[in-house]
Amino acid sequence: MNLAIWMALLVPALVLGQGKGVAPAELALPLKEGWPTYNGDYSGKRYSALRQVNASNVKNLSLAWMARLTPGVGNTQTGRRGFGGPQVRTIIGGEGSGDISAGGGTIKASVLYVDGTLYLTMPDNAWAVDARDGRELWHYFWKTKGGTHIGNRGLGMWNDYLYMETPDNYLVSLDAKTGKERWHKTIAELDQGYFSTPAPIVVGNHVIVGTGNDIDAPGFLQSFDAETGELQWKMYTVPMKKGDPGLETWASLDAARHGGGQTWIPGAYDPETKLYIIGTGNPTPAYTTGTRGEGDNLFTCALVAVNVDTGKMAWYFQTSPHDMHDYDSAQTPVLVDGMFQGKMRKLVLTAARNGYFFVLDRVTGEHLLTTKYGTYTNWAKGLNEHGGPKFDPVKNATVPGALVSPDSGGTVNWQPPAFSPDTGLFYVPEVNEFAMFYLTDVDPRGSMGLGGKEEVAVGSAGNYLCAIDYQTGKIKWKRPYYGGDGGGGGMLATAGNLLFASDGAGSLVAYDASNGKPLWNTRIGRITNAPQTFLMDGRQYVTVATGDMLWAFVMN
Amino acid sequence: MRTLGFLAAAGLALTLWDVPRACAQSRSGGFVPGQKREAEDPAQIDRGKKIYGIGCRSCHGADLRGGDMGGPNLLRSQLSLSDKNGENIIPVILNGRPGTGMPPIPMPQEDAKAVAAYVRSVLGTIGRQGMPPSIGKEAPSIVVGNAKEGQAYFGANCAGCHSATGDLKGIATRIKDAKALQNTWVAGGGRERRGAAAAASKRRIVTVSVTLPDGRKEQGRLVRIDDFLVSLEREDGSFASFRRDGDSPQVEVHDPLQPHRDMLSRYSDKDVHDVTAYLVTLK
Repeated sequence: MNLAIWMALLVPALVLGQGKGVAPAELALPLKEGWPTYNGDYSGKRYSALRQVNASNVKNLSLAWMARLTPGVGNTQTGRRGFGGPQVRTIIGGEGSGDISAGGGTIKASVLYVDGTLYLTMPDNAWAVDARDGRELWHYFWKTKGGTHIGNRGLGMWNDYLYMETPDNYLVSLDAKTGKERWHKTIAELDQGYFSTPAPIVVGNHVIVGTGNDIDAPGFLQSFDAETGELQWKMYTVPMKKGDPGLETWASLDAARHGGGQTWIPGAYDPETKLYIIGTGNPTPAYTTGTRGEGDNLFTCALVAVNVDTGKMAWYFQTSPHDMHDYDSAQTPVLVDGMFQGKMRKLVLTAARNGYFFVLDRVTGEHLLTTKYGTYTNWAKGLNEHGGPKFDPVKNATVPGALVSPDSGGTVNWQPPAFSPDTGLFYVPEVNEFAMFYLTDVDPRGSMGLGGKEEVAVGSAGNYLCAIDYQTGKIKWKRPYYGGDGGGGGMLATAGNLLFASDGAGSLVAYDASNGKPLWNTRIGRITNAPQTFLMDGRQYVTVATGDMLWAFVMN
Repeated sequence: MRTLGFLAAAGLALTLWDVPRACAQSRSGGFVPGQKREAEDPAQIDRGKKIYGIGCRSCHGADLRGGDMGGPNLLRSQLSLSDKNGENIIPVILNGRPGTGMPPIPMPQEDAKAVAAYVRSVLGTIGRQGMPPSIGKEAPSIVVGNAKEGQAYFGANCAGCHSATGDLKGIATRIKDAKALQNTWVAGGGRERRGAAAAASKRRIVTVSVTLPDGRKEQGRLVRIDDFLVSLEREDGSFASFRRDGDSPQVEVHDPLQPHRDMLSRYSDKDVHDVTAYLVTLK
């Protein structure tokens, strides 16, 4: 047996050993028994090789436990809910005064499953939970200085250390065994309107961190040393000085430097090319062009590939050139090795918030396919020479009102999609809301931030869970979201020919991944994160969150 | 959030078509207000505003959003946003920014400090999404369409269900604001005043008929539906629910608003504006 094979066998064994945490090499393996990073593995597929639960037996999936998590100080699960067990240890950190109450929290995080323990977050809060019974092991609470508390997408893990971002822009590292803080570092300026929601992504000794901002501020991506928390590199997503690439797509350098392109959803990583591929947010001001001009506004609303060692951009592809509707392209890209037009190719797929689906070569960024998957998407007319949609000026916000689909919430929003190599299908919500977009700030200087328009929802032409054939970009099947709502938290595909997803009406549903036939449901309330799966004690579990509740199902 | 009045009265949480949209990153609950800014001394703000008017306004604009002479928008300036006590702003006022067109503006340190306080006080009003605190110019009327063409469109597309002398008589009196009127008709109602809304909500009740394998038929108001279940309320106020398994039982949902939703993808913006121009004449 040569060393490489021996190592490949050894790594998962190490990882399963109690308390070893996540060896960086494990993150490069396809998703199977654990869930050690935001998307399960680096590829963004959210496809698990587990098949113990499958299309023929999923009807027997049943509840193992549920737990309610209470954010803040002094409200531990054991005391309130009577699950028994010792008092939970709450560790308090943070630089705020402790007098800001963020109120009830919602679990939008992806939950890490490592060594029989679940690790998850709400804004300002992190927990370790026993995966066998849902009991809290520790609770970390961060006293905030403020900032937008819209959600937190979860933790990153490197060996025994955890990493969390906070709404007031700190990267906090915790000891996974105890919940004790190791250090925290400032990652952006709260005063400038930044707030941080992403799950950090660990690659080697890099902790890759994005942020958000709705005021006119430049977006950036940063990498911190996993051990020390020192900044390794910082890459801006908009031109910041004379001579920077993309500057010609802005009216001025000042416009570019206030141009947005925030990095608020984690990307996917390709170990072979060392490229971290991430979608960037909208340009700012979002709804007027007074300052930013008529150009494409690079590198906002784009897929951007960044070398993880240098922080340098290798390629980009703009999915919403010159966006005018706050259609952030902050969706999870999905890396697939698959056939395309008769050839095996290394691909990246993305279904963007603007209603368009794209296939690119992930090594070079070469554009391969664009289709419109939002059936009623009407803001664009045709494609530009690069394959990006060409915005239709009459569908920008206007004084008398423009009737636009999708609304600014998008055909999909932050919810992670899934891809099954077995079916070749890409699973994503298709939300066909219409809204009237009124321009309310007619000042020729243009407005600011997300200001200057009024948006009024006027109804939906039908919202669906849809499955897209990546080779053609055509929808193979779709199921309605009965709640008149988007899909909630995201998707999970498994080798058991299953797709787990919300039905938009308060159920977690298992669908036949090949044809969309609904096979099993459990009515547990509005789903708020993406379903996940792992193997523990030889049994396959499925977890999902509804608000402050975490549910675990198991095949008995 | 729209709810069907009678179901709300029955104490039921209606989920169908009535759940608020799940959220953009830029919306949705669970916020704390943006970062806390210290309140400024009103006397300082007042003094700073006067000095700003003399020394800064011509370039940076009366509303701080930038002016004709090329001064940048101070309300999105990272330097201003991060200023706590003049430490960023005062040096720029007193020394200028070489190479940018910003000249030194000589003034006593205390005056520059007051200007900084004034700038911070305005920054305190932009909120977490950078909304301009004031709109410099009033937007003109939204009524730009051709009423005559709107009437013709109405006759051809809406008159099957609606009439200018029937349900829509006096609609422009009931909904005086033209934008509200436009939103209301495009959405298919829901924004009318209370009296009218009660009548309108009756018209908007979603009904369902369920045909069981044995041929029995149940009908009523739809309570909820998904791939596994359909629930209804019968005429007599009792409830029934049925397990769904594929096409069995047969379920037919009748939603009076469906024609409006079907129209959403067919209207051009000109159609919308023309019909509004016509409806505002129905006083």
